[in-house]
Amino acid sequence: MKSNIFSALRLTLVTIVFFAGIYTALVYGFSFITPNGGKGETTVQDGKTYYTNIGQSFTQDIYFYSRPSAVGYNAAGSGGSNKGPNNPEYLATVQARIDSFLVHNPGVQKSEIPSDLVTTSGSGLDPNISVAAAKVQVKRIAKLRKLNESTLVQLIDEQTEKPFWGMFGPEKINVLKINLALDQVSKSIQ
Amino acid sequence: MNTEILGIIVMFAATLLLALPLGSYMAKVYGNERTFLDFLFNPIERLLFKVSGIDARQEQTWQQQMAALLTINLVWFVLGMAVLMNQGWLPLNPDANPSMSGHLAFNTAISFIVNCNLQHYSGESGLSYLGQLFLMFLQFVSAATGMAAAVTVFYALRTGTYQTLGNFYNFFLKSATRILFPICLIVAAILMFNGTPMTFEGKDTVVSLQGDTVQVSRGPVAAFVAIKHLGTNGGGFFGANSAHPFENPSYWTNMVEMISQMLIPFAMIFAFGIFLKRRKLAWTIFSVMTIGFLLLTIPTIVAEMKGSPAMDQLGVSQPGGNMEGKELRFGAASTAYWSIATTVISTGSVNGMHDSFTPVAGINQLLAMMTNCFYGGCGVGILNYFIFIILAVFVSGLMVGRTPEFLGKKIEAKEMKIAMIIALLHPFLILAGTALAVSFPGYTAGTLNNPTFHGFSEMLYEYTSSAANNGSGYEGLGDNTPWWNISTGFILILSRYLPIIGPVAIAGILAGKKYIPESAGTLKTDTGTFGIMVFAVIAIVAALAFFPALALGPIAELFTK
Repeated sequence: MKSNIFSALRLTLVTIVFFAGIYTALVYGFSFITPNGGKGETTVQDGKTYYTNIGQSFTQDIYFYSRPSAVGYNAAGSGGSNKGPNNPEYLATVQARIDSFLVHNPGVQKSEIPSDLVTTSGSGLDPNISVAAAKVQVKRIAKLRKLNESTLVQLIDEQTEKPFWGMFGPEKINVLKINLALDQVSKSIQ
Repeated sequence: MNTEILGIIVMFAATLLLALPLGSYMAKVYGNERTFLDFLFNPIERLLFKVSGIDARQEQTWQQQMAALLTINLVWFVLGMAVLMNQGWLPLNPDANPSMSGHLAFNTAISFIVNCNLQHYSGESGLSYLGQLFLMFLQFVSAATGMAAAVTVFYALRTGTYQTLGNFYNFFLKSATRILFPICLIVAAILMFNGTPMTFEGKDTVVSLQGDTVQVSRGPVAAFVAIKHLGTNGGGFFGANSAHPFENPSYWTNMVEMISQMLIPFAMIFAFGIFLKRRKLAWTIFSVMTIGFLLLTIPTIVAEMKGSPAMDQLGVSQPGGNMEGKELRFGAASTAYWSIATTVISTGSVNGMHDSFTPVAGINQLLAMMTNCFYGGCGVGILNYFIFIILAVFVSGLMVGRTPEFLGKKIEAKEMKIAMIIALLHPFLILAGTALAVSFPGYTAGTLNNPTFHGFSEMLYEYTSSAANNGSGYEGLGDNTPWWNISTGFILILSRYLPIIGPVAIAGILAGKKYIPESAGTLKTDTGTFGIMVFAVIAIVAALAFFPALALGPIAELFTK
């Protein structure tokens, strides 16, 4: 037993050096040759830097909305609502989101709203919306920005990220990227 | 074909294709045969053992191995408590996060040494980088502990009679250096190339396009996430685990993380077959596990892709399925697949919030942890399955009137008693824990995030996840209270070490028995018929023990309009 404790202590120390020290150092060293230098992927526009993968809150009507978030898109934390699918309080919240969306988007039928626009994501930082969620917002944005609807539909087509290798997983739109592009389109027209 | 379904099929196929060569490599490592990485790891291991004062060639009995295993786990626990309760003032704490309270540190330290990784804190605000790196170290060594215990069983089941079964330290260190370490480097590199951070700079402050000022937590994420999956640990760097866009930035990283968490449980089965030269037995085991896995997975995927009936009633469309608690980049199908993969193999990492899944998915996630032997965690999965093999051998022996034998060794009363105790321990811990939680609503009612049946499911899930050493949760549960931290902490200890000691003891006892060569009268254990027997034993034990509890939780929710 006694020899076990000494062996265990010493083995623990050397394995800490190896797996918490050397392993971490190797990965950290390698991070400098990766595209983002291990600091997270960023997008720069007009001198401002944004994290591409960390969703942002878009609630203004002139932008494509992002999904609701349980953490308000503040990436100091992360998490979902953790509401059960049949929780009455939760369903009332979703109903309120639907009502609000219909008020801001006159002419849109309830059945046209895809559920990702009225539900929170798992991380609260989802950077994406579905293609249907972008299309259902075209009318509102076109009117407010005085753009042709066809221009926006074309923008959505350009911004649609295909499944991985064209074969695996869902199609999606990065809300930050499409809104940055949207600002560019508006600017070029003025 | 639907791209979401195709993605899942490819993930499964890729795991299998990678697990076959890895299994044969692992069999070589454990059999002390030559491998192509010897030039690197022979000197490293010699050095580590020399500094530790350990002779890794010294043969040990199963009792000596278990003593060594428990002792070193105790050292990690004490050290873990010390680091977590003092991280606030120790170095590598750029975000100035506080030290943990005693009961939270107790729960967290246990949770990480037992490979469960129940997390009653959020990484962003609950840990310093030093704390994170220490937990990362625990993820390496806890996975290697489970693998070492499985290898002891491999040695015990060899043809012949043995008193000693190799050396625990040898199995343990080789699992960590030769198997976990190199694959983790590859996985971490892929993650970093796809946007996962690896930095020590602390939180960043950014102004969003719309003008909101927010903070962005960062850290040495890539190194952490790699071992979190490969070691079937599942403890997330951030609160949202692998739903977080830094832990899991894209569908491609999602595939890589998915494959890496199922890789070693798959490979361990093939290593077992190759090591013992019983490949057919390994394939029978793998087939039974796969059937169990598919039976849980398919209804979950169907239910989640169809979406929530309550949402249909509100009148919105659900082209993407049930999206509450899910990320767009993974979609409902692969999140549903992940939710079952992570619960059968005891990873417990999540890429969507299980609390918000449909009741059908909830039933299957719970059943996955209640059976706890379809693939199973690093090393321990095969140990859990071994218990069911012993039970099935005994039942079949009674049915056909033959002496129960497994791999040429008689199964007698002592082994059966151990197997029964271990098989019953799991339902006992889950049901007794949940019953206690329900009996003391003063401690638990205020921690629930959902009313009625779903609230009950939150408590049932917490104890099931603890007893299965899984670590996922219905995260709505406000679980950082003395009640949850301490009660789950004790369940974690019992449900980790007894299911390791039990199977190793059975195997150790069998190893010492006389070997009886196979004859026409031997019950064959590598046939489909025997596979069905094992499956039936698993189904009966899990279904009979857990059905009433499931009926009060997700089943009741399913049938309530």
